[in-house]
Amino acid sequence: MSGLLSSSIARKVSMALSAFFLMFFLLQHFAINITSVFSESAFNEISQFMGANPAVQFVLQPILIFGVVFHFVMGFILEIKNKKAQGVKYAMNNGNANSTWVSRNMIYSGLAILIFIIIHFIDFWFPEINTKFIQGDWSGMHNGELRFYHELQEKFVPFWRVALYSIAFVFLSLHLLHGFNSAFQSMGANNKYTNGLKTFGRWYAILIPAGFIFIAIFHHLTHS
Amino acid sequence: MNLTLKIWRQKNANDKGKMVDYKVTDISEHMSFLEMLDVLNEQLVNSGDEPVAFDHDCREGICGMCSLYINGEAHGPDREITTCQLHMRSFKDGDTIYIEPFRAAAFPVIKDLVVDRTSFDRIQQAGGYISVNTSGNTQDANSLPIAKADADEAMDAATCIGCGACVATCKNSSAMLFVGAKVSQYALLPQGQVEAADRVMNMVAQMDAEGFGNCTNTGACEVECPKGISLENIARMNREYLKATSKG
Repeated sequence: MSGLLSSSIARKVSMALSAFFLMFFLLQHFAINITSVFSESAFNEISQFMGANPAVQFVLQPILIFGVVFHFVMGFILEIKNKKAQGVKYAMNNGNANSTWVSRNMIYSGLAILIFIIIHFIDFWFPEINTKFIQGDWSGMHNGELRFYHELQEKFVPFWRVALYSIAFVFLSLHLLHGFNSAFQSMGANNKYTNGLKTFGRWYAILIPAGFIFIAIFHHLTHS
Repeated sequence: MNLTLKIWRQKNANDKGKMVDYKVTDISEHMSFLEMLDVLNEQLVNSGDEPVAFDHDCREGICGMCSLYINGEAHGPDREITTCQLHMRSFKDGDTIYIEPFRAAAFPVIKDLVVDRTSFDRIQQAGGYISVNTSGNTQDANSLPIAKADADEAMDAATCIGCGACVATCKNSSAMLFVGAKVSQYALLPQGQVEAADRVMNMVAQMDAEGFGNCTNTGACEVECPKGISLENIARMNREYLKATSKG
Protein backbone atom coordinates (compact mmCIF):
# COMPACT_ATOMS: atom_id res chain seq x y z
CA MET A 1 0.00 0.00 0.00
CA SER A 2 1.55 3.28 -1.02
CA GLY A 3 0.75 6.94 -1.50
CA LEU A 4 -2.31 8.37 0.16
CA LEU A 5 -3.35 5.16 1.94
CA SER A 6 0.01 4.88 3.71
CA SER A 7 -1.07 7.46 6.30
CA SER A 8 -3.26 6.64 9.29
CA ILE A 9 -5.68 9.51 8.54
CA ALA A 10 -5.97 8.50 4.89
CA ARG A 11 -6.85 4.96 6.00
CA LYS A 12 -9.52 6.41 8.32
CA VAL A 13 -10.94 8.55 5.55
CA SER A 14 -10.99 5.64 3.09
CA MET A 15 -12.83 3.49 5.64
CA ALA A 16 -15.33 6.31 6.14
CA LEU A 17 -15.90 6.86 2.41
CA SER A 18 -16.47 3.16 1.77
CA ALA A 19 -18.77 3.09 4.82
CA PHE A 20 -20.84 6.00 3.43
CA PHE A 21 -21.14 4.16 0.14
CA LEU A 22 -22.21 0.92 1.83
CA MET A 23 -24.70 2.72 4.09
CA PHE A 24 -26.25 4.36 1.03
CA PHE A 25 -26.38 1.00 -0.72
CA LEU A 26 -28.02 -0.56 2.36
CA LEU A 27 -30.73 2.10 2.28
CA GLN A 28 -31.34 1.48 -1.41
CA HIS A 29 -31.41 -2.31 -0.87
CA PHE A 30 -33.94 -1.84 1.93
CA ALA A 31 -36.10 0.49 -0.17
CA ILE A 32 -36.34 -2.18 -2.87
CA ASN A 33 -36.90 -5.09 -0.46
CA ILE A 34 -39.65 -3.35 1.50
CA THR A 35 -41.73 -3.07 -1.67
CA SER A 36 -42.08 -6.87 -1.49
CA VAL A 37 -44.21 -6.41 1.62
CA PHE A 38 -46.64 -4.11 -0.17
CA SER A 39 -46.70 -5.25 -3.78
CA GLU A 40 -45.59 -8.47 -5.44
CA SER A 41 -45.65 -6.91 -8.91
CA ALA A 42 -43.73 -3.78 -7.88
CA PHE A 43 -41.02 -5.91 -6.27
CA ASN A 44 -40.83 -8.12 -9.36
CA GLU A 45 -40.59 -5.17 -11.73
CA ILE A 46 -37.94 -3.32 -9.71
CA SER A 47 -35.93 -6.55 -9.35
CA GLN A 48 -36.14 -7.17 -13.08
CA PHE A 49 -35.10 -3.56 -13.79
CA MET A 50 -32.09 -3.83 -11.45
CA GLY A 51 -31.22 -7.32 -12.69
CA ALA A 52 -31.37 -6.56 -16.39
CA ASN A 53 -30.10 -2.99 -16.47
CA PRO A 54 -26.56 -2.95 -17.95
CA ALA A 55 -25.61 0.15 -15.94
CA VAL A 56 -26.54 -1.64 -12.70
CA GLN A 57 -25.02 -4.98 -13.67
CA PHE A 58 -21.81 -3.84 -15.34
CA VAL A 59 -21.05 -0.52 -13.61
CA LEU A 60 -22.76 -0.27 -10.22
CA GLN A 61 -22.42 -3.94 -9.27
CA PRO A 62 -18.61 -4.07 -9.73
CA ILE A 63 -18.31 -0.75 -7.83
CA LEU A 64 -20.41 -2.21 -5.03
CA ILE A 65 -18.31 -5.37 -4.85
CA PHE A 66 -15.16 -3.27 -4.82
CA GLY A 67 -16.66 -1.16 -1.99
CA VAL A 68 -17.53 -4.24 0.07
CA VAL A 69 -14.14 -5.90 -0.47
CA PHE A 70 -12.28 -2.64 0.17
CA HIS A 71 -14.13 -2.00 3.45
CA PHE A 72 -13.41 -5.52 4.71
CA VAL A 73 -9.78 -5.64 3.58
CA MET A 74 -9.05 -2.19 5.03
CA GLY A 75 -10.81 -3.22 8.25
CA PHE A 76 -8.51 -6.24 8.57
CA ILE A 77 -5.43 -4.16 7.71
CA LEU A 78 -6.36 -1.64 10.42
CA GLU A 79 -6.95 -4.43 12.94
CA ILE A 80 -3.55 -6.01 12.22
CA LYS A 81 -1.77 -2.64 12.38
CA ASN A 82 -3.54 -1.74 15.61
CA LYS A 83 -2.65 -5.08 17.22
CA LYS A 84 0.99 -4.35 16.34
CA ALA A 85 0.75 -0.91 17.93
CA GLN A 86 -0.37 -2.33 21.27
CA GLY A 87 2.11 -3.18 23.99
CA VAL A 88 1.81 -5.95 26.55
CA LYS A 89 -1.84 -6.58 27.48
CA TYR A 90 -3.11 -4.95 30.66
CA ALA A 91 -3.71 -7.32 33.59
CA MET A 92 -6.84 -5.27 34.22
CA ASN A 93 -8.52 -3.11 31.59
CA ASN A 94 -11.86 -1.47 32.30
CA GLY A 95 -12.95 -0.64 28.74
CA ASN A 96 -16.60 -0.23 29.73
CA ALA A 97 -15.66 2.80 31.83
CA ASN A 98 -14.84 4.90 28.81
CA SER A 99 -16.26 3.41 25.62
CA THR A 100 -19.08 1.26 24.31
CA TRP A 101 -18.74 -2.45 23.65
CA VAL A 102 -19.77 -1.97 20.02
CA SER A 103 -17.10 0.66 19.38
CA ARG A 104 -14.38 -1.65 20.73
CA ASN A 105 -15.56 -4.72 18.83
CA MET A 106 -16.20 -3.47 15.30
CA ILE A 107 -13.94 -6.20 13.94
CA TYR A 108 -16.17 -8.92 15.44
CA SER A 109 -19.47 -7.40 14.32
CA GLY A 110 -17.78 -6.87 10.94
CA LEU A 111 -16.69 -10.50 10.78
CA ALA A 112 -20.25 -11.62 11.58
CA ILE A 113 -21.48 -9.41 8.71
CA LEU A 114 -18.83 -10.88 6.39
CA ILE A 115 -20.03 -14.40 7.20
CA PHE A 116 -23.60 -13.23 6.57
CA ILE A 117 -22.66 -11.68 3.22
CA ILE A 118 -21.10 -15.00 2.12
CA ILE A 119 -24.31 -16.84 3.13
CA HIS A 120 -26.43 -14.14 1.45
CA PHE A 121 -24.37 -14.47 -1.74
CA ILE A 122 -24.84 -18.26 -1.71
CA ASP A 123 -28.59 -17.79 -1.16
CA PHE A 124 -29.32 -15.05 -3.69
CA TRP A 125 -26.39 -13.60 -5.59
CA PHE A 126 -24.58 -16.71 -6.87
CA PRO A 127 -27.84 -18.24 -8.23
CA GLU A 128 -28.54 -14.91 -10.01
CA ILE A 129 -25.04 -14.80 -11.49
CA ASN A 130 -25.47 -18.43 -12.58
CA THR A 131 -28.82 -17.72 -14.24
CA LYS A 132 -27.64 -14.59 -16.03
CA PHE A 133 -24.00 -15.06 -16.83
CA ILE A 134 -23.68 -18.85 -17.13
CA GLN A 135 -27.09 -19.94 -18.38
CA GLY A 136 -27.54 -16.64 -20.22
CA ASP A 137 -31.14 -16.17 -19.10
CA TRP A 138 -31.79 -12.46 -18.58
CA SER A 139 -35.57 -12.70 -18.91
CA GLY A 140 -36.27 -12.87 -15.17
CA MET A 141 -39.15 -15.21 -16.03
CA HIS A 142 -40.15 -18.58 -14.64
CA ASN A 143 -43.29 -20.41 -15.79
CA GLY A 144 -44.42 -17.34 -17.67
CA GLU A 145 -44.13 -14.84 -14.81
CA LEU A 146 -41.42 -12.78 -13.13
CA ARG A 147 -39.73 -15.10 -10.64
CA PHE A 148 -38.18 -12.76 -8.01
CA TYR A 149 -41.04 -12.50 -5.49
CA HIS A 150 -41.57 -16.28 -5.39
CA GLU A 151 -37.85 -16.92 -5.04
CA LEU A 152 -37.75 -14.48 -2.12
CA GLN A 153 -40.69 -16.18 -0.41
CA GLU A 154 -39.23 -19.65 -1.00
CA LYS A 155 -35.97 -18.63 0.64
CA PHE A 156 -37.70 -17.63 3.87
CA VAL A 157 -39.79 -20.77 4.30
CA PRO A 158 -37.22 -22.47 6.59
CA PHE A 159 -37.30 -20.89 10.03
CA TRP A 160 -33.55 -21.42 10.50
CA ARG A 161 -32.84 -19.01 7.64
CA VAL A 162 -35.12 -16.35 9.15
CA ALA A 163 -33.36 -16.79 12.49
CA LEU A 164 -29.91 -16.66 10.85
CA TYR A 165 -30.74 -13.50 8.90
CA SER A 166 -32.24 -11.89 12.00
CA ILE A 167 -29.09 -12.58 14.05
CA ALA A 168 -26.95 -11.21 11.21
CA PHE A 169 -29.01 -8.00 11.14
CA VAL A 170 -28.56 -7.59 14.89
CA PHE A 171 -24.80 -7.61 14.25
CA LEU A 172 -25.29 -5.15 11.40
CA SER A 173 -27.22 -2.90 13.76
CA LEU A 174 -24.42 -3.08 16.35
CA HIS A 175 -21.86 -2.28 13.64
CA LEU A 176 -23.87 0.71 12.44
CA LEU A 177 -24.49 2.01 15.96
CA HIS A 178 -20.83 2.94 16.10
CA GLY A 179 -19.99 3.03 12.41
CA PHE A 180 -22.51 5.65 11.27
CA ASN A 181 -21.18 8.49 13.38
CA SER A 182 -17.63 7.21 13.35
CA ALA A 183 -17.61 7.73 9.58
CA PHE A 184 -18.60 11.39 10.00
CA GLN A 185 -15.95 11.92 12.71
CA SER A 186 -13.31 10.39 10.44
CA MET A 187 -14.25 12.83 7.69
CA GLY A 188 -13.66 15.68 10.14
CA ALA A 189 -17.34 16.42 10.71
CA ASN A 190 -17.67 17.17 14.41
CA ASN A 191 -19.66 20.34 14.83
CA LYS A 192 -23.00 21.79 16.00
CA TYR A 193 -24.85 19.18 13.91
CA THR A 194 -23.07 16.22 15.53
CA ASN A 195 -25.65 15.59 18.27
CA GLY A 196 -28.51 15.62 15.77
CA LEU A 197 -26.53 13.37 13.47
CA LYS A 198 -25.88 10.96 16.35
CA THR A 199 -29.62 10.68 16.97
CA PHE A 200 -30.27 10.16 13.25
CA GLY A 201 -27.46 7.57 13.13
CA ARG A 202 -28.95 5.63 16.05
CA TRP A 203 -32.36 5.52 14.33
CA TYR A 204 -30.75 4.46 11.04
CA ALA A 205 -28.75 1.74 12.82
CA ILE A 206 -31.86 0.34 14.50
CA LEU A 207 -34.62 0.88 11.94
CA ILE A 208 -32.92 -0.36 8.76
CA PRO A 209 -31.76 -3.73 10.19
CA ALA A 210 -35.11 -4.07 12.03
CA GLY A 211 -36.83 -3.45 8.69
CA PHE A 212 -34.83 -6.24 7.03
CA ILE A 213 -35.74 -8.59 9.91
CA PHE A 214 -39.39 -7.62 9.46
CA ILE A 215 -39.23 -8.44 5.74
CA ALA A 216 -37.74 -11.90 6.44
CA ILE A 217 -40.40 -12.66 9.09
CA PHE A 218 -43.17 -11.27 6.86
CA HIS A 219 -42.29 -13.65 4.03
CA HIS A 220 -41.88 -16.56 6.41
CA LEU A 221 -45.38 -16.01 7.77
CA THR A 222 -47.14 -15.12 4.51
CA HIS A 223 -45.62 -17.81 2.32
CA SER A 224 -48.37 -19.66 0.50
CA MET B 1 -7.10 1.75 55.21
CA ASN B 2 -5.33 -1.49 54.32
CA LEU B 3 -4.82 -2.34 50.68
CA THR B 4 -3.46 -5.04 48.41
CA LEU B 5 -1.48 -3.64 45.48
CA LYS B 6 -0.81 -5.63 42.34
CA ILE B 7 2.06 -3.78 40.70
CA TRP B 8 3.92 -4.36 37.44
CA ARG B 9 7.60 -4.93 38.21
CA GLN B 10 10.16 -4.95 35.41
CA LYS B 11 13.92 -4.62 36.06
CA ASN B 12 14.72 -2.93 32.76
CA ALA B 13 13.55 -2.55 29.16
CA ASN B 14 14.70 -6.07 28.27
CA ASP B 15 13.19 -7.82 31.29
CA LYS B 16 9.92 -9.72 30.77
CA GLY B 17 8.26 -8.24 33.84
CA LYS B 18 5.37 -9.53 35.99
CA MET B 19 2.67 -8.43 38.41
CA VAL B 20 3.78 -8.57 42.06
CA ASP B 21 1.51 -8.35 45.12
CA TYR B 22 2.21 -5.94 47.99
CA LYS B 23 0.33 -5.08 51.17
CA VAL B 24 0.19 -1.53 52.53
CA THR B 25 -1.39 -0.68 55.87
CA ASP B 26 -2.68 2.41 57.65
CA ILE B 27 -3.06 4.42 54.45
CA SER B 28 -4.82 7.74 55.05
CA GLU B 29 -7.72 8.56 52.75
CA HIS B 30 -6.29 12.08 52.48
CA MET B 31 -3.09 10.86 50.84
CA SER B 32 -2.63 11.26 47.13
CA PHE B 33 -2.13 8.07 45.14
CA LEU B 34 1.54 8.89 44.62
CA GLU B 35 1.99 9.49 48.36
CA MET B 36 0.58 6.02 48.94
CA LEU B 37 3.24 4.69 46.55
CA ASP B 38 5.84 6.71 48.50
CA VAL B 39 4.72 4.87 51.65
CA LEU B 40 5.08 1.54 49.85
CA ASN B 41 8.55 2.49 48.62
CA GLU B 42 9.64 3.51 52.12
CA GLN B 43 8.48 0.10 53.29
CA LEU B 44 10.42 -1.61 50.48
CA VAL B 45 13.61 0.40 51.10
CA ASN B 46 13.45 -0.33 54.84
CA SER B 47 13.18 -4.04 54.12
CA GLY B 48 16.09 -3.91 51.67
CA ASP B 49 13.97 -4.35 48.54
CA GLU B 50 14.08 -2.37 45.31
CA PRO B 51 11.53 0.51 45.40
CA VAL B 52 8.90 0.71 42.66
CA ALA B 53 9.97 3.14 39.92
CA PHE B 54 7.22 5.50 38.76
CA ASP B 55 7.12 8.84 36.95
CA HIS B 56 6.17 12.04 38.78
CA ASP B 57 7.22 15.66 38.92
CA CYS B 58 4.99 18.63 39.74
CA ARG B 59 2.34 16.61 41.63
CA GLU B 60 -0.23 19.29 40.87
CA GLY B 61 -1.62 18.04 37.58
CA ILE B 62 0.12 20.34 35.14
CA CYS B 63 3.39 18.75 34.06
CA GLY B 64 2.07 15.57 32.42
CA MET B 65 4.82 13.46 33.99
CA CYS B 66 2.79 11.08 36.12
CA SER B 67 1.06 8.21 34.38
CA LEU B 68 -0.12 4.79 35.69
CA TYR B 69 -2.98 2.56 34.62
CA ILE B 70 -4.95 2.09 37.83
CA ASN B 71 -7.65 -0.57 38.10
CA GLY B 72 -7.95 -0.67 34.32
CA GLU B 73 -8.08 3.10 33.68
CA ALA B 74 -5.47 5.70 32.79
CA HIS B 75 -4.92 7.98 35.82
CA GLY B 76 -7.40 5.88 37.80
CA PRO B 77 -11.16 5.91 38.20
CA ASP B 78 -11.79 9.67 38.65
CA ARG B 79 -12.38 12.00 35.68
CA GLU B 80 -10.28 14.92 34.43
CA ILE B 81 -7.44 14.45 36.88
CA THR B 82 -3.92 13.13 36.68
CA THR B 83 -2.66 10.33 38.94
CA CYS B 84 -1.02 12.87 41.26
CA GLN B 85 -4.45 14.45 41.83
CA LEU B 86 -6.07 11.10 42.61
CA HIS B 87 -6.67 10.63 46.33
CA MET B 88 -7.02 7.48 48.37
CA ARG B 89 -10.57 8.47 49.33
CA SER B 90 -11.51 7.12 45.89
CA PHE B 91 -10.75 3.63 47.24
CA LYS B 92 -12.14 1.51 50.07
CA ASP B 93 -10.47 -0.32 52.92
CA GLY B 94 -9.57 -3.84 51.80
CA ASP B 95 -9.47 -2.98 48.08
CA THR B 96 -7.12 -4.67 45.65
CA ILE B 97 -5.62 -2.11 43.28
CA TYR B 98 -4.00 -2.98 39.97
CA ILE B 99 -1.17 -0.58 39.05
CA GLU B 100 0.35 -0.94 35.60
CA PRO B 101 2.44 1.20 33.26
CA PHE B 102 0.86 2.92 30.23
CA ARG B 103 0.92 0.27 27.50
CA ALA B 104 1.72 0.87 23.83
CA ALA B 105 4.45 -0.34 21.50
CA ALA B 106 5.45 3.33 21.09
CA PHE B 107 5.70 3.71 24.91
CA PRO B 108 8.23 1.00 25.86
CA VAL B 109 8.66 0.29 29.57
CA ILE B 110 12.01 1.51 30.91
CA LYS B 111 11.59 0.18 34.43
CA ASP B 112 8.58 -0.93 36.51
CA LEU B 113 5.93 1.75 35.89
CA VAL B 114 8.17 4.18 34.00
CA VAL B 115 7.62 4.34 30.24
CA ASP B 116 9.51 6.13 27.51
CA ARG B 117 7.21 8.81 26.07
CA THR B 118 9.84 10.60 23.99
CA SER B 119 7.86 9.58 20.89
CA PHE B 120 5.55 12.47 21.83
CA ASP B 121 8.53 14.83 21.91
CA ARG B 122 9.53 13.75 18.40
CA ILE B 123 5.98 14.31 17.12
CA GLN B 124 6.03 17.77 18.68
CA GLN B 125 9.42 18.51 17.10
CA ALA B 126 8.04 17.49 13.70
CA GLY B 127 5.68 20.48 13.60
CA GLY B 128 4.15 21.44 16.94
CA TYR B 129 5.48 24.97 16.89
CA ILE B 130 5.32 28.24 14.98
CA SER B 131 8.31 29.97 13.47
CA VAL B 132 8.54 33.59 14.59
CA ASN B 133 10.66 35.26 11.94
CA THR B 134 11.54 38.75 13.06
CA SER B 135 12.18 41.08 10.17
CA GLY B 136 12.58 44.37 11.92
CA ASN B 137 9.05 45.47 11.17
CA THR B 138 7.22 42.59 12.88
CA GLN B 139 3.54 43.22 13.42
CA ASP B 140 2.38 43.58 17.01
CA ALA B 141 0.57 40.38 18.02
CA ASN B 142 -2.27 42.41 19.54
CA SER B 143 -3.06 43.92 16.15
CA LEU B 144 -4.34 40.53 14.97
CA PRO B 145 -7.92 40.23 16.20
CA ILE B 146 -8.93 36.69 17.16
CA ALA B 147 -12.53 35.71 17.80
CA LYS B 148 -13.16 34.84 21.45
CA ALA B 149 -14.61 31.42 20.51
CA ASP B 150 -11.49 30.56 18.50
CA ALA B 151 -9.19 31.76 21.26
CA ASP B 152 -11.10 29.65 23.80
CA GLU B 153 -10.96 26.53 21.62
CA ALA B 154 -7.24 27.04 20.95
CA MET B 155 -6.67 27.44 24.68
CA ASP B 156 -8.66 24.30 25.44
CA ALA B 157 -6.53 22.35 22.94
CA ALA B 158 -3.36 23.87 24.38
CA THR B 159 -4.17 22.51 27.85
CA CYS B 160 -3.03 19.07 26.66
CA ILE B 161 -0.12 18.15 28.93
CA GLY B 162 1.07 15.29 26.73
CA CYS B 163 0.79 12.68 29.47
CA GLY B 164 -0.14 9.88 27.06
CA ALA B 165 -3.34 8.75 28.81
CA CYS B 166 -5.10 8.89 25.43
CA VAL B 167 -2.65 6.37 23.97
CA ALA B 168 -2.70 4.18 27.08
CA THR B 169 -6.48 3.92 27.13
CA CYS B 170 -6.97 3.51 23.39
CA LYS B 171 -7.50 -0.11 22.32
CA ASN B 172 -5.50 0.78 19.20
CA SER B 173 -2.76 2.71 21.03
CA SER B 174 -3.56 5.68 18.83
CA ALA B 175 -2.03 9.08 19.56
CA MET B 176 -4.59 11.05 17.57
CA LEU B 177 -6.06 12.97 20.51
CA PHE B 178 -2.60 14.25 21.45
CA VAL B 179 -1.66 15.14 17.88
CA GLY B 180 -5.16 16.52 17.24
CA ALA B 181 -4.81 18.86 20.22
CA LYS B 182 -1.37 20.05 19.14
CA VAL B 183 -2.52 20.65 15.56
CA SER B 184 -5.70 22.38 16.73
CA GLN B 185 -4.07 24.86 19.09
CA TYR B 186 -2.27 26.40 16.11
CA ALA B 187 -4.87 25.74 13.42
CA LEU B 188 -7.31 27.98 15.29
CA LEU B 189 -4.97 30.96 15.47
CA PRO B 190 -3.63 33.22 12.69
CA GLN B 191 -0.06 32.64 13.87
CA GLY B 192 -0.44 28.97 13.03
CA GLN B 193 -1.66 29.42 9.47
CA VAL B 194 1.71 29.91 7.74
CA GLU B 195 2.94 26.40 8.51
CA ALA B 196 -0.50 24.75 8.84
CA ALA B 197 -0.17 22.30 5.95
CA ASP B 198 3.40 21.24 6.75
CA ARG B 199 2.57 20.97 10.44
CA VAL B 200 -0.27 18.49 10.09
CA MET B 201 1.46 16.43 7.39
CA ASN B 202 4.75 16.21 9.32
CA MET B 203 3.18 15.52 12.72
CA VAL B 204 0.91 12.78 11.33
CA ALA B 205 3.86 11.25 9.44
CA GLN B 206 5.93 11.23 12.63
CA MET B 207 3.01 9.79 14.61
CA ASP B 208 2.76 6.93 12.10
CA ALA B 209 6.53 6.43 12.06
CA GLU B 210 6.56 6.07 15.86
CA GLY B 211 4.23 3.07 15.56
CA PHE B 212 1.05 4.45 17.10
CA GLY B 213 -2.17 2.74 16.00
CA ASN B 214 -5.09 3.92 13.90
CA CYS B 215 -7.95 5.76 15.59
CA THR B 216 -11.31 3.98 15.37
CA ASN B 217 -13.27 6.70 17.20
CA THR B 218 -14.15 4.72 20.33
CA GLY B 219 -13.92 7.98 22.26
CA ALA B 220 -12.11 6.36 25.22
CA CYS B 221 -9.29 8.94 24.95
CA GLU B 222 -11.69 11.86 25.43
CA VAL B 223 -13.18 10.25 28.56
CA GLU B 224 -9.84 9.43 30.16
CA CYS B 225 -8.01 12.66 29.21
CA PRO B 226 -7.10 14.50 32.44
CA LYS B 227 -7.56 17.82 30.64
CA GLY B 228 -10.84 17.03 28.91
CA ILE B 229 -9.44 17.36 25.38
CA SER B 230 -12.38 16.59 23.10
CA LEU B 231 -12.74 14.46 19.96
CA GLU B 232 -13.44 17.68 18.03
CA ASN B 233 -9.68 18.13 17.94
CA ILE B 234 -9.23 14.84 16.09
CA ALA B 235 -11.94 15.87 13.61
CA ARG B 236 -10.16 19.22 13.13
CA MET B 237 -6.86 17.44 12.52
CA ASN B 238 -8.57 15.20 9.95
CA ARG B 239 -9.92 18.32 8.20
CA GLU B 240 -6.52 20.01 8.32
CA TYR B 241 -4.95 16.87 6.88
CA LEU B 242 -7.47 16.63 4.05
CA LYS B 243 -7.00 20.35 3.34
CA ALA B 244 -3.21 19.95 3.27
CA THR B 245 -3.45 16.85 1.05
CA SER B 246 -5.74 18.56 -1.44
CA LYS B 247 -3.25 21.45 -1.70
CA GLY B 248 -0.58 18.88 -2.58
